[in-house]
Amino acid sequence: MLAYLVKRIFQALGVMFVISLIGFAIQDNLGDPLRELVGQSVTEEVREDLRDELGLNDSFVVQYSRFLGNALHGDLGTSYFFKEPALDVILKKLPATLELVFGATLIIICLSVPLGVFTAIRPHAIFSRIIMGVSIIGISIPVFLTAILMIYVFSVGYGWLPSFGRGDVVQVVGDWDTNFANIDGLRHIIMPSFALASIMLPLFVRLIRAEMMEVLQSEYVKYARAKGIRPWRIYFVHALKNTLLPVITVGGVQIGTMVAYTILTETVFQWPGMGFMFLEAVNRVDTPLIVAYLIVVGFIFVVTNTVVDLIYGLVNPTVKLARMGA
Amino acid sequence: MSILNTIPQPSRWSRIRDSKIGYSFRKNPVAVASLGIFVVIVIMAILAPLIAPFDPYDPAQIDIMNSEYPPVWIDGADPQFLLGTDDQGRDLWSTILYGTRLSLMIGLCAVTLQAVLGISIGLISGYVGGRLDSLLMRLADIQLSFSTLMVAIIFLAVAQALFGSETFNRYAIYFLIAVIGVSEWPQYARTVRATVLAEKKKEYVDSARVLGFGPLRIMVRHILPNSLSPIFVISTVQVANAIISEASLSFLGLGMPPSQPSLGSLISSGFDYIFSGSWWITAIPGVVLVVLVLVINLLGDWLRDVLNPKLNKG
Repeated sequence: MLAYLVKRIFQALGVMFVISLIGFAIQDNLGDPLRELVGQSVTEEVREDLRDELGLNDSFVVQYSRFLGNALHGDLGTSYFFKEPALDVILKKLPATLELVFGATLIIICLSVPLGVFTAIRPHAIFSRIIMGVSIIGISIPVFLTAILMIYVFSVGYGWLPSFGRGDVVQVVGDWDTNFANIDGLRHIIMPSFALASIMLPLFVRLIRAEMMEVLQSEYVKYARAKGIRPWRIYFVHALKNTLLPVITVGGVQIGTMVAYTILTETVFQWPGMGFMFLEAVNRVDTPLIVAYLIVVGFIFVVTNTVVDLIYGLVNPTVKLARMGA
Repeated sequence: MSILNTIPQPSRWSRIRDSKIGYSFRKNPVAVASLGIFVVIVIMAILAPLIAPFDPYDPAQIDIMNSEYPPVWIDGADPQFLLGTDDQGRDLWSTILYGTRLSLMIGLCAVTLQAVLGISIGLISGYVGGRLDSLLMRLADIQLSFSTLMVAIIFLAVAQALFGSETFNRYAIYFLIAVIGVSEWPQYARTVRATVLAEKKKEYVDSARVLGFGPLRIMVRHILPNSLSPIFVISTVQVANAIISEASLSFLGLGMPPSQPSLGSLISSGFDYIFSGSWWITAIPGVVLVVLVLVINLLGDWLRDVLNPKLNKG
């Protein structure tokens, strides 16, 4: 197990190294830090002196190791637009995005488990057929279209829910403002969370249904039935437990994917999170912020995937043996 | 001999019709309807320059005074614009035809690129094995762990900032095909590799090797045909996903520019007008996009059930 752990962590470090190289390449080629500093009205000699002073004429290796050293100290440069450290800007926006992901995850868990179990137990019931039909339609609708449809129906049409922003938030600690503390905040987060959940929900319903149907065929479930255990206990205690292992591993990876989809939902709902900030940074060619976003998001992906892989290796003995042998 | 000669050879069409796949297709109304709708959309997209009443790329035919006319079944419409006009005064029906053409083309080209990359890597990885195999599969794992959309958004955003939006817009279609095509290759590579590993030990491969055929010929002519059915199933799903990805990227302003709109950029330009009541600029391209993706997904579902060996045996 230890060998596997070390191997997996080295792989994660390798991936982060490649991401930092990409980040450095972007920073090196995109935009001109001198122009951001002094503008156009400076002579060529002063420029050249400044370039020397800032170390822009150093060799690639020297510049990259300086970049890496700063990055390891949490210094990812200063945003041109906000005039603040880029990492601080992102960390300020992070809670909004994480709350959105949390809301969507909550919806996915609360809906996909009962729906998936029901469609597996009664595959021929009319309700199951409706769910499966709706789920394939759900997969076919892009997130941003679901979001626009919801705005059109619930904000423009009925005027029930607000269409943009976070509304009234309550401060918890430092930069973390929460939407879950009062009614106005909750009203603002409902539609973005459902829009974000809409892309993953059909996937999870289908996954739980497929796993559950397979588990229900197994010997131990038949034995439990023969023993006369009540059906709901078989479904939700005996069978569901073994269904959840693949669901959790797929789910862990999908959390990373959801970060990508937050860019879409945040754009539609003008949600002041990381994704919305990133697109603004792109429009302003705010290079340090773009690079910092790349590194933070890359880090989130690498960490979630490594943790999920490790959990999978820990929980599932067959995989552990196969992988360690390889 | 005379009897043998009198039985006519079944034509290719009737052979397809009476095969297992053909039979299951005829018995499945959803699959028939999906294929019908898909074919209609494809034909209309191909014939777009012939059947569209206006040319949305020709500035001479666009009059800003015509902007935001509703579709003909609503009061206040101009009868020459069947589905109304968009915010720039373009005929929505013509623009949708051209947009569908672009979306389909980008989706198909991107999937072709994925398939070529993924199948070659999968074949080599499975056939050669050893170090190269584990290196390539490790790369595939890493590539898969990053969401395609995330990679595409960052790549396109940096490209746009680097080249400036004018150059970017001119080559946007190539950027989109390249980024969607490259980031999804592991889907094919893994499946093909798995089949190669299963097939490579069989006797027909040994006999081909004994006959002196080179590895390239064995891989392409002997092993590849055996992995075609999973490749077909993956391809349908991948085309649907590629079309959705393209639409999402264009919606974010990282894809096709408004002057050359795909379905995604049309929806995006209409989104600004949804609060003022011009719902059709968003809704009609949206419906076309969803129907297109839905029929491809339904066909993919049907194909997966038909080609699944587990279900066929029962």
